[in-house]
This record gives sequence, structure tokens and C-alpha cells, in this order.
Amino acid sequence: MFGKLTWAAIPFDQPIPLAAGAVVLVVILAVLVWVVVAGHLPYIWREWITSVDHKRIGVMYTLLACVMLLRGFSDAIMMRAQQAVAFQSNGFLPPEHYNQIFSAHGTIMIFFVAMPFVIGLMNLVVPLQLGVRDVAFPTLNSVGFWLTATGALLVNVSLVVGEFARTGWLPYPPLSELNYSPGVGVDYYLWSLEISGVGTLVAGINLVTTVLKIRTKGMTYMRMPMFCWTTLASNLLIIAAFPILTATLAMLILDRYLGFHFFTNEAGGNVMMFMNLIWAWGHPEVYILVLPAFGIFSEVVSTFSGKPLFGYRSMVLATMAICVISFMVWLHHFFTMGAGPNVNAIFGIASMIIAVPTGVKIYNWLFTMFAGRIRFTTPMMWSIGFMVTFILGGLTGVLVAVPPADFLLHNSLFLVAHFHNVIIGGVLFGAFAGYTYWFPKAFGFRLHEGWGEAAFWLWLIGFYVAFMPLYTVGFLGMTRRMQHYDVAAWKPWLDIASIGAGLILAGIICQIVQLVVSIRNRAALRDLTGDPWDGRSLEWATASPPPVFNFAFMPDVTGEDAYWAMKRRVRQEGAKEPDYKPIEMPRNSPTGFVCAFFATSVGFALIWHIWWIAILGLIGAYATFVVFAWRDHDEYEIPADEVARLDRANLAARRELLTAAGSL
Amino acid sequence: MNILDPQGPIAAADKTILIDSIAIMLAIVLPTIAAIFAFAFYFRKSNTRAFYWPNWEYSGRLELVVWSIPALTIILLGGVAWIGSHQLDPARPVAGTGEGVTIQVVSLDWKWLFIYPDQRIATVNTLTVPIGSPLHFQLTSASVMNVFFIPQLGSMIYTMNGMVTRLELRADEVGNYKGLSAHFSGDGFPDMLFDVQVVSQTDFASFASNTIKSDRALNGDSYREELLRQSVPKGKTVYRLNDPLLFHDIATQKIPPGPGPREAANTGANDVR
Amino acid sequence: MTATTIAHEIPGLAEATHEGPAPKRIVTGYGFWIFLLSDMVMFSCFFAAYAVLLGQTAGGPSGADLFNLRNVAIETICLLLSSFACGMASIAAEVRNHFWFQVSMAVTCVLGLAFLTIEFREFADLVARGAGPSRSAFLSAFFTLVGCHGLHVSGGTLWLLTMMAQVFAKGFRADILRRLLCFALFWHALDIIWVAVFSVVYLLGSAV
Repeated sequence: MFGKLTWAAIPFDQPIPLAAGAVVLVVILAVLVWVVVAGHLPYIWREWITSVDHKRIGVMYTLLACVMLLRGFSDAIMMRAQQAVAFQSNGFLPPEHYNQIFSAHGTIMIFFVAMPFVIGLMNLVVPLQLGVRDVAFPTLNSVGFWLTATGALLVNVSLVVGEFARTGWLPYPPLSELNYSPGVGVDYYLWSLEISGVGTLVAGINLVTTVLKIRTKGMTYMRMPMFCWTTLASNLLIIAAFPILTATLAMLILDRYLGFHFFTNEAGGNVMMFMNLIWAWGHPEVYILVLPAFGIFSEVVSTFSGKPLFGYRSMVLATMAICVISFMVWLHHFFTMGAGPNVNAIFGIASMIIAVPTGVKIYNWLFTMFAGRIRFTTPMMWSIGFMVTFILGGLTGVLVAVPPADFLLHNSLFLVAHFHNVIIGGVLFGAFAGYTYWFPKAFGFRLHEGWGEAAFWLWLIGFYVAFMPLYTVGFLGMTRRMQHYDVAAWKPWLDIASIGAGLILAGIICQIVQLVVSIRNRAALRDLTGDPWDGRSLEWATASPPPVFNFAFMPDVTGEDAYWAMKRRVRQEGAKEPDYKPIEMPRNSPTGFVCAFFATSVGFALIWHIWWIAILGLIGAYATFVVFAWRDHDEYEIPADEVARLDRANLAARRELLTAAGSL
Repeated sequence: MNILDPQGPIAAADKTILIDSIAIMLAIVLPTIAAIFAFAFYFRKSNTRAFYWPNWEYSGRLELVVWSIPALTIILLGGVAWIGSHQLDPARPVAGTGEGVTIQVVSLDWKWLFIYPDQRIATVNTLTVPIGSPLHFQLTSASVMNVFFIPQLGSMIYTMNGMVTRLELRADEVGNYKGLSAHFSGDGFPDMLFDVQVVSQTDFASFASNTIKSDRALNGDSYREELLRQSVPKGKTVYRLNDPLLFHDIATQKIPPGPGPREAANTGANDVR
Repeated sequence: MTATTIAHEIPGLAEATHEGPAPKRIVTGYGFWIFLLSDMVMFSCFFAAYAVLLGQTAGGPSGADLFNLRNVAIETICLLLSSFACGMASIAAEVRNHFWFQVSMAVTCVLGLAFLTIEFREFADLVARGAGPSRSAFLSAFFTLVGCHGLHVSGGTLWLLTMMAQVFAKGFRADILRRLLCFALFWHALDIIWVAVFSVVYLLGSAV
């Protein structure tokens, strides 16, 4: 009746996951109870859960990422703690447990922290920067978010019901096949990612269509902000790469569920094929993550240097070059599989070629700062921290792209340090810069600067203290994923790395405090005009937060840095009030949330082999779409005077700022 | 296990490429980082002496330089990569004294089996090799993927079931070193370290002639009995090799791959195929 | 803020002009094309796996031993004709003719179901002969590639019936017409994939 699911699935005999699960459950219940009792449920349902507004969905994506960062980072702390104590000892985490932790750490950080963070920021900002009202497919956007949340939910459920995969964040066969991983762990991984993969693909289709087909009048391609170009490149990669992940995981699912032989040892399966397929997705994936971060830095550096981005055209060229080349380098993840010198050399050289456009970007940011007037706000500090850190990460990357060097460093902690270097230094610093930069736009008040700077310094120093020792211990021959070790030379470095993890923990605490303090002091931190940073692109032309329709009148764009030009014109010519018209906006819809509910049941049921629930869930998901398709009213109208009222309030605040400050 | 302390020519060459590549890149990276700090500091808003070019956003000459610097660096490193990949391909033979020793390596859950077909012996978790001879490794796996790695002797290579990979090394200094698996393979993975003893030619000969007198025989049956199942061995067993085709049988799956965990995971899976 | 527009052209900016967001029908079609491209990427993974595992018959039967080209020919004709019928349905929708729309869609459906029946029977027959997907890697790849296409046809048939019901209930409303555009694209794309499948799998596979 319930497939493989029994009471034995709950880890009553393992104190750590049991305690963690209990704490999380209590917190969730407490929040839910508070929400319902305080009467917030209708608001949350109406304004957030069923929202199809790109700004709301973007915030929810970002919130998901931040919450999952806490889970993924707890895994990291446990790993560092284990490796600090497990010298000639078994430590406090037995292998079955430790192996789940590092697998969950990687899976969560990539799929449920980094991806939602950048997708959230792209969702929030891109329609505003393009001067339009929403993305191409608003309801689909909501579906995409909720499916991603489903994946995150399933991974977290595995902590208390069953187990997670013990294979690492990429489930290489034959270890991930049924005979070597007979439990439900790999199944949790597979279904969680298949479902959230659909969500990601949907986001990709949405954002590509938006950037290519939905821009305001006059905004030709070469007048788009750089963040929109990187959004385009990143989402093109999503569309081209995520189907590969879907297909490959599907093959592994078929092996495990129906006895197929894609990657088994017996009957002709080919493990090398898995390596090729999974990395053909895996390499573009990291560029999917880092390209939006590059876009954020372009926006931030240009704004806080008071200058347009240097070398816009070559930045565009470099971005699209990275997009294309990222598909040609995947073999560098397994130079040591023995493909032969020609193949290894070609992929090595291709991997290095990607460093060229990346280097060009760094130099262009450098020259954006040159002859500028730099303001060291928190976003700018993240950007400068990124530039230095990412260059070093890129150096070690090009190093392991040389096959003979990789022959000594593959899978070592040197490699682990390299990819954390570029992902933390690149993606995460970019995400934090974007979070701080666009927070006032999303919520109407700025984040507290002091706590932000503290968080930055703790993260930056903590990162170096945590990962430079890992480069060293990689040189000393230590490989990754070791639950215990008895090489004395490694221990001191791992101890230092734990201190680094502690510093990062302090940084995260500062970020939490920053949020709490900012909410408490929001009146003092209020962004009255919508343009707290003296910005250059169109999102700063709206109120903070923008009204649901973004722009009362979609702007007519005549050059790059559209908003900067507008401000100049208004100072010279003064502003004319537009002829307000009523605006049609898409209606909210519970489709996304309901669909995700069924997706969660289908996923959970398939993991535990509860076939009847799976079938019912699929029928439910189909029914959800039919109900959505059957609705007669998909838009509602905002009357012209409502539009006028909202717009005039913002215009008045801006006029005050401009006249008070003269010319800024 | 320090890769910066090579004890053989392959590791030494790998290390040279490593250091050279780092040096080439630092030559570009360090000035760039210095420039980042310099510009950020000099052009801070509070420095009113600094010039401000609010509309400066393009310079053809700078673009040329900015594209050239990374491109030239990469061309140089690309050459290093091409030449190095060919000269240091794992399967490329290494010169040395004599014909060398053939060692057949089987990665198991969770131990290493070393078969010396010409010497008719086999050892578990200890690899004894003569100094200066070419070492011809043929590698396979009994179950899941692993990576054979002796950091101070040179390159890593994957081991995969049903396939044979090749590695050529040479050890140039007598001593005791360590090898490990560099690819996660399950619960017993951290224990897959093995000893590497590089001895003189005469010592190797006596090692071989002593070991062949072992009272433990390795053939298909004892392999299946003692080694194939998932376990982490306590001691370092030595065998005389009764079946010279054992490696061939393992590599061609005539002896089927090793089994998984004896009982299903602690989640009540009761229909494991 | 938003009202100021430049009435005169700035010299030097003689680039292409951009008229603003594209109309809904174009946006919908464009997005769906992109989805189809992503689906083709997924299919190409299965094609790649098939190519890699073509020879891995584990001592069992190969394509030449198993494929019945007569059935494949009938399947192909069914699918091609169904695409034609789907085209008729699109034209009927264009001229807002309910009767011919429903008839064409019904014909499309019947032909699609015929294709699925033949394919299902082929699969059942192979399994009964001990040549099921768990027999060898080659057969795993075959069943997955051809089966994935069949799953898409099944899903498409479900979508087809839903569209028939929608038009019946609500007529040729603008949003329903956009969905019909997407459906037609989907159905024709499946036909294209089938051409690749029967060429690579059945024709080339029979020669192996």
C-alpha cells in the first residue's frame, strides 16, 4: 500500500538528523501557526503564493536561495568539523552519514542556492531594465518557481524520511546504480532534480523570450543593459543544457527502476557515457551561474563609478563567446579517464580559450573604474572582492585545464578549492552584490550599510582562510570526500580551514542581523524616490517597490544607459506629465502552487514506489493545467486614475530630490 | 604524498608544467590585481584631485591590449598543454633499466589488488617496485569507478569495470611512499590508501621469490571468496598467483563484477533487484 | 520621468529601430519554438546514447534480428498523414470552421492512436521474445529513444483531445488559437523526430 515506505525510514537511531529535522519542523510549524493566527494567510495567498508578478516571483526565488544557503552551509560546517577531528579517528559522523552530507551540500548549493539566487535576481530585474511590464509568460514563471521549490522540499524531506544519495553531488555510476546504492537516497536526488529541472527550463524559455521579444520602444539589442545580455546568454545555456541533464538522469532512473542497462557494469552499459553526458550539462551549468553574476558586476561597477560601462560592445562579444565556448570544454572534468593525448589537449586548449573573454571582462571593469568617482557601498565592495578572488580562481582553473597538471590535481582538495573559489568568489559574491543593490528596489528601503560591510569582510577573509589551506592540502596529495584520514601533514591545514568556515558563519550571521536591523529601521532607510544609488538603467526609473505594472507609460529609449539619459533630459527640459491610460495585467493564479503540490506527491511516491499515489498525482497535475486552460478571464484592468495616482506620487518625490540637490 | 616532491620522472615533469604554468599566469594576474587596488583607491570619490571622465567608455587601443594579453597568455599555455599532453600521456612508455615490470591493478571495494603476472605473485594494498625500471600498469575495477594515484610518482588514471586502462611510470628513489584512490567509491573509500615500496633491483627479486612461497594462493575462487565482497581488509595479504589469466577474467567480466552491500540500506528497501 | 521622449533623431544613431514588445501571438509561438528546440536537445541525448550503445547487444539480438520494417513503414505513413490532417485542422481554425476543425483533429487523433497501437504491439512482442529493454544496453537505448518519442505522441494525443474539447466549449478564442498554434508545432515536430528515429534506428539498425 505504501511501497517501500515504513516507519524504519525515519532515523530514530541517528540523533543528528533526527534533532535537525525536529528543529526544522518546529520552526516551520511555528511560522505557519503565526501566519494563520495573525491573519496573514489571505495576504500571503493573494499577494505571493498565487502571484504571477515577476517581482514577487523573483523575491520568492531569492528567499528560497537564502534559506537553502543555511541548510547547505550547515552541511559545510559539519564537513569541516568532521575533517578537523577525524585524524586517525572515525570522527563524529560515520561514513554513511558523512557521505550523505557532502552529497547534499553540493546538490543543495548548486541547484537550490546558486540557481534560484541568479534566476530570482534575473526575474526581478530584467523586465524593469527592459522597460516592460512583465516577463513573456507570467503564469509559467510561477509554475517554474514552485517546481524548483518542490525539488528543494524533496531534498530536505530526505533528511528525515529515508536518506539522501551517498554518491557525491553528481551520481556517477556504477556507484549510483541499484546494486551499489540500493536505498532510496539516489532516487530522492533523481526525482528532485528531474522536477526542478523542468522548473529551470521553464525559467530559461521565459527569460530568453522576454529578452528577445519583449523590450520597450527604442531598446535595440545594443542599448540593453549588460545584465540583460548576460541573462540572455545564461538562459540560452539553460535551454541548451538542461535537457541533457533531464535525459541523463532519466537514463539512470530507467536503470534503477526498470532494469535498463545504460550505465550498469553488466549487459553492455557504459559508465564513460554518463561522464560525458553529465558534464556536457555540467560545464554549461557553471556558466549559467556565473554569467548573471558578471552582469550584476557590470551594473554595480558602472553605477558606483559614475561612468558608463567601458567597452560595452566587446563585453557583449565576450559574453556570447563565453556562452558558445562553454559547450566545448566538458571533457576537462575527466582528463584522467584516459581519452588519449589529442583529445585531452584539444579540450584543455578550449578550456583555456574561455579565459580570454573572461579576462577581457575583468579589464573592462577595471577601466570602468578608471577615471571614475568610486563610492564604496556594499555592492561595490562585493564587486572589488569578486574581481580579485575570481582572478585567482580563474588562474587555478586554467592550471587544471593543462592536462599534465590535472593528472596530479584531479579530484584533490586543490580542485575543490578552485571551484569554490570561482563559485563563491564569482557567483555568490555577485548574488550578494545584486541582493544588496536591488533590495531597495524590491522592498522600498535600503539594507543597513554597516552590517553589510561587516558581512562582506567576514565572508572575504573567511573565504581565504577556509580555502587557501585546501589548495595547500591538495598539493599534499589529499583527495576529496574523505570521511577520515591518517596523514599527519594534512591536519593543520584542515584545522585552519575550519576557522575559515567559522568566519564565514559569522558573516552569514551578520547578513541575518543586517536584514533584521534593516526591517526594524526601515523608516530611516526608506528609498523615497526609487533611485537610491543614482542609477543608470531603467529599473531606477520606477518607484520602490514598483507598482504592479512597473511603468505607467513604457519609456522610449534612445541610447545605452537609458535612465541616465532621461535624468539629464529632465534636468534640462523638465518633465511633462504623460497621458495616463488604463493598463491590463495578468491575473494571479494558483496553478503554479497546485501543480507543485502534485509534483511533490508524484516525486515522493515514485521515490518510495507508491505507484497509486504517483498515478493520482499525474492525473491531478494534468487536471490543474486543464482548469487553468479553461479560465475565461486571464487579465484584469487597472483604471487610468489609479495609474495616475501611483505615478504622480513617485514623480513628486523625484522632483523634490532633483530640485533639492541641483544637478547630482 | 606531496606532489611538489616528485620521486619519478613523470611526477617531476607534471610538477614542472604545474609550476611553469602558475608562473606564467602570475605574471599577468599580479599586475592586474595591483591595478584593481590602485584604481579603486586612487579614483575613490573622496579623492578630489583625481580626474573624472564621466563619458569615457571606449578606446580602440585599450581594447586591442585587453584582448591581446589573455590571448597571448593562452597561446603560450596552449602550447604547453599540447606538448605536455602528448609527452605525459599516461599510457606513453617510459624509458628505464631493463624491460620493466608489468603490474595488473584491480580496484575493489575497498582495497587494491596488485597482480604481478610475470613474477606469479599478488599483493593487497602494498605495491613493491624496483627502482629505475619502467612500470607497466594495466588497470581495471572489480566494481565501481576508482582512480589509481601515487602522488609522488605521477599521473592518475581511472579504473573502470569491463575496461583496461594503462599507465606507465618509473620510480627513481628508493623509499616508502603512499598511493590512494582519488575517486569516491563508497563507505570504505577513505581506507583505500596503499603503501608503495620502491626497492633496489636485487631487493625486488628477493621480494618476488619470497612472496611466491606464500601459503595463500590467488585464483578465481579465492578472489571471489576473500576479495570480491565489500570489506576493508585489516592486514596486507600476499599471494602466490595460481591463475595467470585472473586479471584477464576480471577485466573481461568473465568473473562478474563485485556485489553491492549485503543488506539493503537502512531504509527498509525490500525489493532490491 | 516616463513622459519625456526625444522627438528628433540623434545623429549617428541610425541603427535599427525597435517598435516595442512583440504581439502575443508571436511571443507565444516564439517561446514554444524555443521549448521545441530544448526538447530536440533532449532527444539528441537519446540518439547519442543509442549510437554509443548500438553494438552492445550482450550476446543478445541486434537490430537486424528484431526490426520489422513493414510495421515501421505503416507507422510512418500514419504519422505523416496525421501531420497532414493536423495541417487541415490548422487551416480550419484559421477560417473558423468548427466542423472541419473537429473532423481533422479526430482524423489526426485516430492516426496517432494507430501509430501508438502498432508501436505498443511491437514493444510487447519484443518483450515477449526476451528482447526487452533489460536484456542489453542496445535494447535499453532502443526502447528509450523510440519509447520517448511514443510518450511524446501519447502526451500530444491527450493535448489534442483537450484542444478539441476547448474549441467545442469556447470556440476560436484568441488564446485558444494560440494554443492550437503550439499544438500544431508540437505535432509536426514529432513527425520530424520520427523521420530521424526511423532513419537512424530502423533503417541503419537493420543494416547492422
